[in-house]
Amino acid sequence: MANFFNDNPELKFHLTHPLMKKIIDLKERDFAEKEKFDYAPQDFEDAMDNYEKVLEIVGEISGDVIDPNAESVDAEGPSLIDNEVKYARGTEENYDALVEAGLIGMTLPRKYKGLNFAITPYIIAGEMISRADAGFANIWGLQDCAETIYEFASEKLKDEYLPMFSKGATAAMDLTEPDAGSDLQAVQLKAIYNADKDTWTLNGVKRFITNGDADISLVLARSEEGSQDARGLSLFVYDRREKAVKVRRIERKLGIKGSPTCELVFDDAPAYLIGNRRMGLIKYVMSLMNSARLGVGAQSIGIAEAAYREALKYAKERAQFGKPIIQFPAVYEMLTNMRINIAAHRSLLYETARMVDMYKCYIEISEDRKLEKEERTEMKTYQRFADVFTPLLKLTASELSNTIAYDALQVHGGAGFMKDFPIERIFRDARITSIYEGTSQLQVIAAIRGVMTGVYLTKIKEYEAMPVNPESEYLKRELAKMTHAYEEVVEEVKATDDSEFTDFHARRLVEVAGNIVMGHLLLQDAMRDPSYKNIAELFIKAKGDENRGKIAYIRRSDLRDLGTYKQVISEEV
Amino acid sequence: MSGLKIIVLAKQVPDTRNVGKDAMKANGTVNRAALPAIFNPEDLKALEQALLLKDKYPGTTITLVTMGPVRAASIIREAMFRGADGGILITDRKFAGSDTLATSYVLSLAIKKIKKYDLILAGRQAIDGDTAQVGPQSAEKLNIPQITYVEEIISVEKNKITAVRRLENGVETVEAKLPLLMTVTASAPDCRSRNAKFLMKYKHACTPSEMHHESEDYISLHDTRHYLDIIEWDINDLKADDVYLGLSGSPTKVKQVTNIVFTTKDSKVLEATDKDIDQLMAELVEHHNIG
Repeated sequence: MANFFNDNPELKFHLTHPLMKKIIDLKERDFAEKEKFDYAPQDFEDAMDNYEKVLEIVGEISGDVIDPNAESVDAEGPSLIDNEVKYARGTEENYDALVEAGLIGMTLPRKYKGLNFAITPYIIAGEMISRADAGFANIWGLQDCAETIYEFASEKLKDEYLPMFSKGATAAMDLTEPDAGSDLQAVQLKAIYNADKDTWTLNGVKRFITNGDADISLVLARSEEGSQDARGLSLFVYDRREKAVKVRRIERKLGIKGSPTCELVFDDAPAYLIGNRRMGLIKYVMSLMNSARLGVGAQSIGIAEAAYREALKYAKERAQFGKPIIQFPAVYEMLTNMRINIAAHRSLLYETARMVDMYKCYIEISEDRKLEKEERTEMKTYQRFADVFTPLLKLTASELSNTIAYDALQVHGGAGFMKDFPIERIFRDARITSIYEGTSQLQVIAAIRGVMTGVYLTKIKEYEAMPVNPESEYLKRELAKMTHAYEEVVEEVKATDDSEFTDFHARRLVEVAGNIVMGHLLLQDAMRDPSYKNIAELFIKAKGDENRGKIAYIRRSDLRDLGTYKQVISEEV
Repeated sequence: MSGLKIIVLAKQVPDTRNVGKDAMKANGTVNRAALPAIFNPEDLKALEQALLLKDKYPGTTITLVTMGPVRAASIIREAMFRGADGGILITDRKFAGSDTLATSYVLSLAIKKIKKYDLILAGRQAIDGDTAQVGPQSAEKLNIPQITYVEEIISVEKNKITAVRRLENGVETVEAKLPLLMTVTASAPDCRSRNAKFLMKYKHACTPSEMHHESEDYISLHDTRHYLDIIEWDINDLKADDVYLGLSGSPTKVKQVTNIVFTTKDSKVLEATDKDIDQLMAELVEHHNIG
């Protein structure tokens, strides 16, 4: 009888953020569908009430169905039968429960039988499902593919495929190949156009494909013969009913074992082009990846929440030296650090989700009418912020997820190393978050632009201009100092005019900016809920020192250090 | 088989599964204020059986019928969020203190007033009273057949239903004629979750009494969306006879309530062999249970 929405007040706190009023107004277009669909909201309060009540359903299914199944799903995993994937029993039960509850296609418009929810509540749902079972969250979260079809495919394809999601169609994004991982420009799967039938035929191999045997697959393939780079790639939709793709194997993995990771062989597989040729990677996959990265952000926070709760429970129950171990400073410090870091990164998660909501709402409106000048400006501003906040979130949240899983296992001591507690599974599941949908190292490459072009600084200055509680003023001043130091060191790095030096320190710079951003977000949270004051204080104190350390290190290093770094390992060979 | 008309009988009960120290009052009665009100668990299982039939036989309609205070309408909404089509709340101050006989009297009057139905489903028993009498008594009053302890409904053909009963020592597959009443047992499948679209569609559903509390912004929805009207009947609607209602209509009297601690030891299973029986006899004689 657990409910992962009701037992975590932070979720409702973020759902009811003041900006949601504007997001809902834009999303519902002045509630234009209230007469047309019997489940459309009448006004803002009604829409918000819908979000809350539907998230309660997600919370209930997460707590009562998915979480209890997680252990058996991890043990059983999917199996390969006649080149097709069969999910573990628990996975099927989880998915059926979500389909029955109408929770596939949450963000799709109502005309495609979706719920027309904003991204933010969808991300809250993703966080809860990830807390219950991170591996299963992938299968559910691949409904992101519907979003890509909706945004870029033709009306005909939309009409054909989108309504399938509400009936429970599963999806996959087939991007990676044996020689095209982080570098997707190297994709080789071949797409040949058949003019007489106006269809495409796909041939080749895909690897590491999550949920590869899905009903609907988005496939990145080389449509321009003889091309070598991203400009020769297009995106296609493949329908499983064609039976022209074989699952050659299911990978054996460290974690997220319930989620089938497949190697696929395309054998004259018929497929339809999404949008325009040659825009596959450049535009559509970039958009899809951004959604997926936001999703991994939510997944990371969900895993961290699960790990923290396991550690807290164990630390309260486990007694050593005559008292519960939670009473020892070494233990409670770890637990408190988990709690404040989850709060900070969760604020970053939902801040990013709202940014995505804002610009996507405007894009949707712009399909029907020309945007006003102010609207266009607002859309561009939010998109610019979302583009750098998404990799910042993916980077910091996935790394945090790993740190917390590590510490939570540590709190369990020897018992945590055994298969007897859920923490060992959570620990294994966390590991992938900083790898897939772009490794942390790749997120840094995207995020460093936010440092170098000053986008993070612009946002930080916006936060600085916002009022805080009088008792938090000193924390705001501390953040201002941190910002000043950040501005200075960024200028110093720029002054070297050396791209390798910038790359070398890029992660440090991004993390320094991220700490300041999260500090401000916590101060804003404290305006709405005083319980965030302590969290903000501890976070800003700790991150102030961390930033000073990072900045000192950047200042002490020079171009010669890079050479030394390379020299040390070159001597090993 | 075309669509069925199904009535599900359900009760809102205090959640006795999570009993805290405030659960009982000093006089031994249940402290309802301290316990959350929930959809009786076995009634939810009866609802799931109805929903499975609705999945299988398109055109099926499900009406939830409950007797209780005004707030009991919330379980009608809960049923609608899962796929029921509507419901009837039977409420009247004169029902207070009803035992199973008085309750089944009222329910049977309501069902007679509904007139057309193929099947009545109810949970085996409610977790607050644990009597398992209301279902069978209602069937008797309606003079229709009944199947108790149903775990699975296998099929519904023209005027014939086949169901599996879960008994203590096995299962029994039985057939019966429609219309009939069935009580569903705890081993039947759990009820599905609420559905997001149904929830958004029906959340403003309410009874006339509840309408006063509904936000003014949404009352006008009832003008055009009649599916939002939950029917409410009182004793006048049912033309019920006062004598059979409430305390006066309830022969059951609580004589005494005692707190007990279970002390029964584990049970013992014996084979029907001479050896086991001889040994049992020897044990009973030794412990002076007999002889």
